[in-house]
Amino acid sequence: MGRVEIRAISKHFGAVRAVDHVDLATREGEFLVLLGPSGCGKTTLLRMIAGIEEPTSGVLVIDERVVTHLPPRMRNIAMVFQSYALYPHMTVYKNIAFPLRARGVDEEAVRRKVEWAAGMFKIGRLLDRKPRELSGGERQRVALARAMVREPSVFLLDEPLSNLDALLRASAREELRQFQRRAGVTTIYVTHDQVEAMGLGDRIVVMNQGKVRQVGTPLEIYQWPADTFVATFVGSPPMNLLEQEDVLLGFRPETFRPVDAVEGSEGVVTFPFEVTYTEYLGAERLVYGNVGEKSHARHVVSRLPGSLTLPLETGKTYPFAVARRDLRRFHRKSGLAFSGEST
Amino acid sequence: MTSPSNPTPLANADRGGILDREGALAKLLIAPAVFYIAAMIGAPFVLALLYSLSDATTGDPGLRLIGFQNFRAALADPVFRLALRNTFVFTLLSQTIVIVLSRVLANALLKPFRGKWLVRFLIMLPWTAPISLGTIGWLWMFDSIFSPADWVLRYLGLLGTASSLFGGQTNMYWLGIPGLAISSVILVNVWRILPLATVIQLAGLSSIPKDLIEAAEVDGASPWRRTLMITIPLTLPIVSIAFLFGVVFTFTDLVVVYVLTRGGPVHTTQVLSSWTFFKGIEGGDLAQGAAISLFMFPVLAVVAIFILRMARRTEVV
Repeated sequence: MGRVEIRAISKHFGAVRAVDHVDLATREGEFLVLLGPSGCGKTTLLRMIAGIEEPTSGVLVIDERVVTHLPPRMRNIAMVFQSYALYPHMTVYKNIAFPLRARGVDEEAVRRKVEWAAGMFKIGRLLDRKPRELSGGERQRVALARAMVREPSVFLLDEPLSNLDALLRASAREELRQFQRRAGVTTIYVTHDQVEAMGLGDRIVVMNQGKVRQVGTPLEIYQWPADTFVATFVGSPPMNLLEQEDVLLGFRPETFRPVDAVEGSEGVVTFPFEVTYTEYLGAERLVYGNVGEKSHARHVVSRLPGSLTLPLETGKTYPFAVARRDLRRFHRKSGLAFSGEST
Repeated sequence: MTSPSNPTPLANADRGGILDREGALAKLLIAPAVFYIAAMIGAPFVLALLYSLSDATTGDPGLRLIGFQNFRAALADPVFRLALRNTFVFTLLSQTIVIVLSRVLANALLKPFRGKWLVRFLIMLPWTAPISLGTIGWLWMFDSIFSPADWVLRYLGLLGTASSLFGGQTNMYWLGIPGLAISSVILVNVWRILPLATVIQLAGLSSIPKDLIEAAEVDGASPWRRTLMITIPLTLPIVSIAFLFGVVFTFTDLVVVYVLTRGGPVHTTQVLSSWTFFKGIEGGDLAQGAAISLFMFPVLAVVAIFILRMARRTEVV
């Protein structure tokens, strides 16, 4: 139960290819995150899985059943919308009961299940309220409860945390992850926030311009980006890229440190680093500057732990280095990582 | 210099002009509205109350109060009772049809299609035309001899021969047969209010967030259920406003009946406003006319209260 297979799905809006020939399969019970900048097609893909949007071409399979052209109600999926889409004229109880009543569940079972779902998300005391009387966090819980109440085989979430304030978002993220582990429901989660993607996903699907650029665990995505788009989209600040003839040399800011602080059993590569600007952020320090010849200097960033109190002055040049094992190489023309160099 | 605890009062010139004093300015700005309501609505209403208690006529409009005789006389008059009944029947029937048709139209107009702008424009057109002009147009449609409707029915073979669906006579006499005349009046009222109701329904339907409908779809609701549980409850306040507006317009309307039938045949299409006009102005019995028109007041007052309530409720959502 809970396996979604996407075979060569495309969605065109006029001349725009919102989703362009995407192949993807979830594993049972996994938390899959669709990550990408806005307009990359991730939400359209999710809406096609839900059945709200019909694919231009391709096949969609849920639990071994072709559902490409079935209406949403025949797919046994649940979805939480970015706006939560709670029914404003119904109480919380009626909102959560709606999917059950739509299926003709008898009232006794409805009551039991609503109470079970409300208990799970700790909203039992809100059952008689209308959505407009709830806070953002409470609305989000109601939306989750409404989606979970009928125990769907696939759970779809469209940026459900983006309307919460920063503090609430962190705790909601943790709760969501724990809840998903407990329920074991296959979950597809759309976000443009890489922190959410890294923190929540078993696997991340990075999308850009309607295409899947990489599928992998957070570690794979971060350590072994498949191309320069993934390298620069994931990570903050993004991966440094240096042009060297036909090759783009990539390294994460935190691997770029003063020579003395780099340990490399396989050797290190050193660069003269001219500091132009530093930011002290408490736990860490970001150092901006240029490497290479003065004539074609390249802008790079170094991210140093706050505990490293080495003084770095603007305008001066220091010897910095990267361990060889932290270097990544990309084809300059295509931007693709050199094959054989990923996991 | 005076001490801070004992400031010098400002000279009058330092207080600024009338535009700086909010209280006075507010009174000044609201005065025209107050005057308008008092002169154009308040005074005629009081006058109508006084006339209804007097024996005034157009020939002798002097005020001699005679108590409730006019009301008793009106209630005793079978034509008045027919007019009262007709007013309710015409209003409720035509507005019920309007609400159903306008929802259908609004739903169709929500969908994107070529020439949508033109269709919306054409639907709105009857509302912008003067009622009297539009009704005169209908008068020709229902003409006893030259009716285009009859012509079409004859052409289709539904009228004019012994085996025809509507009988062997050459014309329907739309306005000459009681049942048909009533239907014709209702039809024209529907035609007249439909554009406004459609526009209001369109506004209501497009104000429902798309997310909600999609959420209901994903939650497993059939199209029927989505309509009954989501769309109708969410548009109910605005649809009620469309309905109540239609009720006011139809309930008080004189033109449609006056132009089409003048209340005939034999008073079967008489309504309160037309009967008021025939009695009070054409018949010259100002007092009777005033009394008849006042029977509309309680209904309109209740409708007005409902409209105000609904308006407040839509603000909340």
